[in-house]
This record gives sequence, C-alpha cells and structure tokens, in this order.
Amino acid sequence: MSQFIRATYAIFWKALRTEWRSREIFSAMFVFALLAIIIFNFAFDLRVQNIRQVVPGVLWVSITFAGMLGLNRSFTVEKENDTLSGLLLAPVDRSALYFGKMAANFLFILSVAVIIVPLTTVFFNVNLVRADLLLVLLAGTFGFAAVGTLFSAITVNTRAQDILLPILLFPVVLPVIIAAVKLTAGLLEQLAVADLANWWRLLIVYDIIFLVIAFLTFEYIVEE
Amino acid sequence: MQRTSSKWLVMSTIIAYAAVIIALFMGFKAPAAVNVGTVQLQWAQRIIYFHVPVAWVFMLSFTVSFVASIVFLITKKRIWDLVALAGVELGLTFATAAVISGSIWARPAWNTWWTWDPRLTTMAITWLLYVAYFMLRGAVEEPERQARFAAVYSIFSYISVPITFFSIRLARTIHPLLVKGNDFGLAKGMRPAFFAGLIAFTLLYIVLLWHRLRVLQLASRVEALRARILEQEL
Repeated sequence: MSQFIRATYAIFWKALRTEWRSREIFSAMFVFALLAIIIFNFAFDLRVQNIRQVVPGVLWVSITFAGMLGLNRSFTVEKENDTLSGLLLAPVDRSALYFGKMAANFLFILSVAVIIVPLTTVFFNVNLVRADLLLVLLAGTFGFAAVGTLFSAITVNTRAQDILLPILLFPVVLPVIIAAVKLTAGLLEQLAVADLANWWRLLIVYDIIFLVIAFLTFEYIVEE
Repeated sequence: MQRTSSKWLVMSTIIAYAAVIIALFMGFKAPAAVNVGTVQLQWAQRIIYFHVPVAWVFMLSFTVSFVASIVFLITKKRIWDLVALAGVELGLTFATAAVISGSIWARPAWNTWWTWDPRLTTMAITWLLYVAYFMLRGAVEEPERQARFAAVYSIFSYISVPITFFSIRLARTIHPLLVKGNDFGLAKGMRPAFFAGLIAFTLLYIVLLWHRLRVLQLASRVEALRARILEQEL
C-alpha cells in the first residue's frame, strides 16, 4: 500500500514539476477562463435584467471549458515525448498512474477556479468569495477531473484527439455541472441547507461513481 | 449450417413484424381514455402503445450493451464487442423513436414539442452519450483498441440509463408515470393492447439484434480475410 501511495505521489509530483518548468497548461487554462468570463460579460451586459441569475452558469462554463484545455494536454505531453511507455513499464500498479495524473489535473483545475472566482466577483459585481462556495468548487472540479483524466487517456490514442475529448466528456459530466451550477445559484440566493441537500447528494454520489469506475477501467485503457 | 440459421431468421422476422402490426392495431382498437378532455387528446393518448414499448426496448438494448461491454473487458472475446455495438446501434434507434413519439404526444398534451423536464433532460443526455460512443469508435482505427475504448465508454454512458428511468420517480416532473407502487395507471380494457405491444416490440428487438450480429460478424470475417490476402500479396 505504501508503495502504491509513493508511486501515486511520484507521478503527481512529476506532473507538478513539469508544469512548473513550462507553465504551459496552467497559464493557457487561466487566460482562457478569463477570456470566457469577459466574453460572457459582454454577451449578457445590458441584455439580462438580473445579472445575478447568469453568474453561476458563466462561472461553471468557464471552468469546464478551461479545464478541457488542461485535460487535453495531460497525456499529450507523455505521448509527444514518448514517456508514456516508460511510465507503463514501471513495476507499480497502473492505477497509481491514474490517481497521480488525476490529482494533478484536479489541482490545476481547482486553482484556476479559485483564481477565477474573485475575478468573476469583480466583473459581475456579485459576491462569490465565500467559504461554502469553495466546497462546491472542490466537489464540482473533483468529478470533472476524475472522468476527464480517464477520457484524456482514451482520446490521446485516437485520431483528432482534442476534438473528441469534449464530445466524450461533456455529456458524461453534465450531471456534475448541473448540480454545481444549482448549488452555486442556491448559495447566491441564500437558500437553506435543506433545500440544497438533494443537489449535494447528486454531486457527491456522482463524484464517487466516477472515481470508482475510472479506477476500475483505467488499466483497460492503457494496456498495450 | 448457414442456410438453416438464415431460414429461422427469416421466419422469426416475419413473426416479429406481424406481432408488431397486430399490437399496434390493438392499440387503435383499445377503449379511449376517459380522463382526458378532448377527442384529440384521446387519440394522442394512444401513443402509449408505441411509446412505452419502444422506450422499454431502448433501455433493454443499452443494458445488453452494458453487460456485453463488461464481459468483453473480462474475456476479450470479439463477439462481445459486436453484441455491445449492436446493442448501442439498436438502442439509439429505439431511443430516437421514443423521443420523437413522445414529442408528437407532448405537442397536444403539453402544448409544446420539447421542455426541459427532468425526464426529457436525462433522456437528451443519454442520447448524446450514445452518439458520442459512435464518434469514439470512428476515431480509433485498430480494432482491438477500438473495442476496449468503446467498452469503457459504454460503461460510463450506462450510468445515465437508470437515471433516465428513475427520473420521473425521484424528481418533480410533468411526465406521466404509469406504475406507481402497486398502482397501474391503465384501465382493464387497455391492458391487452399495452402488453401485446411490450411483447411484440421485444420480439422485434431480439430479431433485429440477431440480424445486426450476423451482419457484424460477417463484416469482421471479411475484414480478416482481406487482411490475410493483403498480407499474402506483400
């Protein structure tokens, strides 16, 4: 077990280090999310009576689109440098590769989300900086990264990979996104905890299902 | 061997189509609904003899595909990949039929073709998932890898099927609910036509699955032969 955790940690740490050296994925994701929010701002400005109502949707669409960019790169880098076979030859359980990559993707997407929230607050003049929203961001990006990492390992081996990933990923994570948007909207409208319990349940159940199925099927994706 | 199997297939095909025609005819002859206001709605209500069987078949078909995908990942036998593929093809066809028939009914009943009700939303997601399944298959050339990826994706897609089924039982929805606990929402006179429809469309499904599997198997044999000939020429 401890060997498994060490391997997972090594992969996670490797992803963070390569990212720190190039800052390629994070900067692209962040700039893209920022652009998306600014475009939404112009698209809705003056046309929507109550801007508060569209903010949850704007936030989550920006996060998911930006996250898609990062996920696309997750395994492409390994493919381009031909290091994936090296990782697969390592004498450790292959799910360590999944968990390591997933943890790194989760961290990247979550940090983009955390930086984007105060900016949305500024641009839309709606206060989103609050502790309970962080929980929604955590649970929402977790489910997204759990499936996204697996599908990114699938699409890296297909033709037209960067086009295929959103088509595969969006319908699968849609329930997570819907729940996250509803929860964000509920928090903005100061709804009681009991009113949101169903959405929390849906979000957490999906997070668990996604992680478990991804864990069980990952070895079938990378076996060559 | 080949000849006898195709003779059985022709016979069952004729029986299945005859059953479907009889069941639909029974649907037209069944007593009209008493709890709906207008004559137009009474006729619209008869969609149930088509809509429910078709919806049942698409869920059955995706379930077949889900099970076949798991068996494929465990056994790696090509036939299970073909079953999974045929299951998705037929499932998507019947799902489309369910959506279209539902939409035709919704126009007089709800005064709209489409609304983002929980049942319709989950159904739309399911439909998109299985369309994506074909895009994935199309993007992978090597057959063995194509089968593996498709099997994994089919397992993920299937999460959406039970959710579509239970969406009208768990969430607030305007979609009618036929079976509620021990309550069955059809009058006695309507039941024969309803169950005849379920049986007839299930028969039709089995026959179509048989056809598809046969064609897919032949196609994969042709593919293998072609590969062998190309190898010899080289």
